[in-house]
Amino acid sequence: MFKIEEVKLQLLADLDKINSMEKLNNLKVEYLGKKGKITELTSQVKTLDNDKKKEFGIKLNELKKLFNENYNQIYTKLNEELINKKLQSEKIDITLPATKVKRGSKHPMSRVQEEFEDLFLSMGYTIYDGPELESDENCFQKLNIAKGHPARDAQDTFYLEGEYENYLLRTQTSTAQVRAMEENKEKGPLKIVCPGKVYRRDEDATHSHQFMQIEGLVIDKDISMADLKGTLELFLKKFLGENTEVRFRPSFFPFTEPSVEVDISCFKCGGKGCNLCKHTGWIEVLGAGMVHPHVLEMSGYDPNKYQGFAFGTGIDRFAMFKYSITDIRTIYGNDIRFLTQFDRRDEE
Amino acid sequence: MKLSRKFVNDYIDLDANLSIKQIADAMTNVGNEYDSATPLINATNLVVGKIIKCTNHPDSNHLHICLVDIKDEVLNIVCGAPNAKEGIKVIVAKNGAKLPNIEIKKTTIRGVESNGMLCSLQELGLDNKFLDEKDKNGIYEFSDDVEIGIDAIKALGLDDEVIDFELTSNRADLLSILGMAYELGTIYKKQIKNIDLTYKENDEDINNSFNIEVKTEDCPLFLAKKIVNLNIKPSPDFIKNRLIASGIRPINNVVDISNYVMLETGQPLHFYDANNLGNKIIVRNAIDGEKVVTLDKIERTLTKEDIVIATDKEAIGLAGVMGGYSTEVEPTTKNIIIESAIFNSVKIRKTSKKILRSEASNRFEKGIDPKRTYMALERSAHLLEKYADATIVGGSCVYDKTTKEDKIITLQIDKVEKVLGIKIPEDTCIEILTNLGFKVESNNNILTVSVPTRRLDINIKEDLIEEIGRFYGMNNIKGKLPTFDTKLGKFNKVKRDIRNKMISLGLNETLSYSLISEEDVYKYTNDKFEKIKIADPMSEERTTLRYSLISSLKEIYEYNKNRRFNDISIFEIGKSFYKENNEYKEQTKLALLMSGVYLESLNKLKVDFYIIKGIVEELLDYLGYKNRYNFTTNNIPKELHPNMSATITIDNKEIGIIGKINPTITKDDIYVSEINLDKLLAIKTSKMSFKELNKYPSVIKDLAFILDKDIEAQDIVKEIKKSGSSKLQNIEIFDVYTGNNIDKNKKSLAFKLTFTDNSKTLTEEEINISINKIINDISKKFNAILRGDDL
Repeated sequence: MFKIEEVKLQLLADLDKINSMEKLNNLKVEYLGKKGKITELTSQVKTLDNDKKKEFGIKLNELKKLFNENYNQIYTKLNEELINKKLQSEKIDITLPATKVKRGSKHPMSRVQEEFEDLFLSMGYTIYDGPELESDENCFQKLNIAKGHPARDAQDTFYLEGEYENYLLRTQTSTAQVRAMEENKEKGPLKIVCPGKVYRRDEDATHSHQFMQIEGLVIDKDISMADLKGTLELFLKKFLGENTEVRFRPSFFPFTEPSVEVDISCFKCGGKGCNLCKHTGWIEVLGAGMVHPHVLEMSGYDPNKYQGFAFGTGIDRFAMFKYSITDIRTIYGNDIRFLTQFDRRDEE
Repeated sequence: MKLSRKFVNDYIDLDANLSIKQIADAMTNVGNEYDSATPLINATNLVVGKIIKCTNHPDSNHLHICLVDIKDEVLNIVCGAPNAKEGIKVIVAKNGAKLPNIEIKKTTIRGVESNGMLCSLQELGLDNKFLDEKDKNGIYEFSDDVEIGIDAIKALGLDDEVIDFELTSNRADLLSILGMAYELGTIYKKQIKNIDLTYKENDEDINNSFNIEVKTEDCPLFLAKKIVNLNIKPSPDFIKNRLIASGIRPINNVVDISNYVMLETGQPLHFYDANNLGNKIIVRNAIDGEKVVTLDKIERTLTKEDIVIATDKEAIGLAGVMGGYSTEVEPTTKNIIIESAIFNSVKIRKTSKKILRSEASNRFEKGIDPKRTYMALERSAHLLEKYADATIVGGSCVYDKTTKEDKIITLQIDKVEKVLGIKIPEDTCIEILTNLGFKVESNNNILTVSVPTRRLDINIKEDLIEEIGRFYGMNNIKGKLPTFDTKLGKFNKVKRDIRNKMISLGLNETLSYSLISEEDVYKYTNDKFEKIKIADPMSEERTTLRYSLISSLKEIYEYNKNRRFNDISIFEIGKSFYKENNEYKEQTKLALLMSGVYLESLNKLKVDFYIIKGIVEELLDYLGYKNRYNFTTNNIPKELHPNMSATITIDNKEIGIIGKINPTITKDDIYVSEINLDKLLAIKTSKMSFKELNKYPSVIKDLAFILDKDIEAQDIVKEIKKSGSSKLQNIEIFDVYTGNNIDKNKKSLAFKLTFTDNSKTLTEEEINISINKIINDISKKFNAILRGDDL
């Protein structure tokens, strides 16, 4: 009995001195180890008389409880101190630069091309991909531009060496009209757009010898100029804004009849007149029309049964509008400061 | 085509209240675009004045002080013109007058007040080509009968307005005042006035003294008429001024009339000095190497593609393009032969492209109405009789293979709506066509339309529908969306997926030119192919179609490096072109170029072979080729480092190359790769499908071998794969070591092997059997030692 009280006093005195995990562990050994003070007391139980056993047992349990409670409390406190110390030692400067892979970027022409593709795909068009090396036949003759036709002048052509008026770099994506119609064995309805590179012998601030166009072709039994206008209105409003007005102006292309130039109200000045629209309020953006019956015929369609519309425009021009690029040569310059400006998601 | 308002007013009464801008805009709405619509003389506040006193300026040896009477007042004007003198009538720009380059204000010149300016024609903004020496050096002098105080521009007859049209190539008919009149007449619903073709002929017949012979199919119509006893002198002012407004320099009455008639009718004429011509004209194709001296005194060497006008002896002019020097009309000319003809437009185009594009060749190229050929002949006879006091010899020489009947086109009225998508009343359709000068008969909703020959562009019913649409207003069409059987659009989006993958891996997409310099075309490839050059390149740098895209990317690298940007990781997807077995082919390729920093951080990671290899592998894995590709050191192009480059193969097919650019080409560490996407994507991949997750744990074992330095890791991996059991699921190389404790010709390669079984937990024993086999096989095959056993 006496011994228990003695151990208890000693324990209380020892607990006061604990200030490290190491000391706490030593204390545990000192009291609860094989030869520990409390272990020793426990082993004495069996030597006691029965009447004393019970009282001793109660006191001993109280002592154990005292130890455990204090031990746990001190352990928690010390552990917390240790963790805090570790966390403190691990402090970093979170404002230092991050580690990251370079950020890639999509070329603005690809961005505009993809936007066009998605828009027409959503309207059920097929995206058609044609070759850039073409025959004179597909690029001109089957589009109603015979050899010697003055319309050839406007599209000064890169012929391949030794292939004058035979093989060439396509001057227009309209060649896709011919290919799509010829490949369509049923000679039935068609609904395609063809984006791609085209080439002309021309180079200045607004012309590059290589540029990109997108051509659209829709053929069925009852397709009219009104369908053409509705389609272009949808396309141009989606791309340039809902307030865009679309104007048809008669024009001439050998492969469409009737033909129109399509103007849009100037998105910069809203039609009031500015440098971009040359103070007319309108910007010419597209050529279009009803597919010429001869063109249908030459590709195996019956012009008495089928008719359709076609349109073509420069992707470069829309990229220039969309991103306020003023010189087309910037687009093909591949200056890294230009490319990296197109490295993020754009506001829709 | 420059349209003079006064000129066209001869044939149609346009409302004087219409501004020139309004007329031009109305023409634009029917498809005739314009560049400018302005007064011929852009100046204000000009009056006719008379110098009533002219004295020398006291402080100058060339200035005059003029007192000028302008009717309402007398102005004191200092003038430097050498021809200023008392008594002449002059152009006076009053204070406040605006001239093209100057605004007139009251000023003091060397102490003398000056209230206005006396003007030369040059100062009014007339192009130099219209001015003679007198006009350039001095002020303009009116004839004495001109009233003072009136508007000087009016007095000059230059009170005209001009629209400069940019016409579409199909409208040959609009290259004439008459054609323009029909177009305007339809817009403003006005009648076209007749052209005066009357004249008197003498009793002779040209056919008795002159004849023509056409020996080529390139001349379907040739007319000649003889005019004698001409009086060559300056043209009357109205002819001069209309030529000036139309951009043509007046010369003398005879030359001017040929141009004037061309402007009116669209038919170019040529006048020959009859005395120098002889009695016969032959039209034929030139002989290769034949020579002719043209009007500009230049000797031209011809080919059989050119059409010439000739005498029995020699060529005397280039038909339709430029007349000959020997038969030119000169101030002393008395008698002429007029030629009015049609020549093959394609031939004229080719010849004029070589020699000179002129008002005449432009019209021949676009096509001529044969009726106008006759009309022009008569009109010039009329004008020459009237303004050159000429005698017209009776008859004309005629060679004519043309048809001149109206074209008959039938048009169902329903078809108009079917094509335009808008209902236009039949009456309106008929009115438009009639105003254009077409004859229309209507029967049971079918129009039978006679189209005059001057409208070469109208041949089929769709052409008529366009005419109706043009004047009804294409812009009146209301848009709607086409109704269609719903069908999904087709789109092969693999190129887009590849593009997005490269971007997500940190590369910038470029867009470069397909045309490159010839010397670059065989670079970065060992492929055997025939290059494709273009016939007429714009520069030495762009003569040949590219086969590899790497040269283009290298060019982009150099461009940016010159601007101090060295961290470049770029890619491009584009076409590659070549010729094989006489066929032109193109393939799509992906090219990458990487140099400088790739991983940005405090410790920047620079691009090396393994980074670009990782990018290529990542793409191939993503496309579904995981575990199917190999990198081999065969067949490395000489532009790449022989020991830091590889050929990429899938299922033993070469699909691309990868490596460092050879240090002999650049000192920079540039890594490139090119993959032939057509070849790659032709190799099928499997459909994605879920595999049940393995419930049993895998076992991982590490093995390291010491082997010869030159042995490629890939070969060991292949052998381990072969040697290991079906339970060997993955092999990873996790360490390569050379240095201490290892022979200098050797290296240590460490592998992490993962074993799994889908049906049970693997036992240690099973794995050991497998491991031992691998150790055994590798040791034997590669003379390798298991690391740990070497000590």
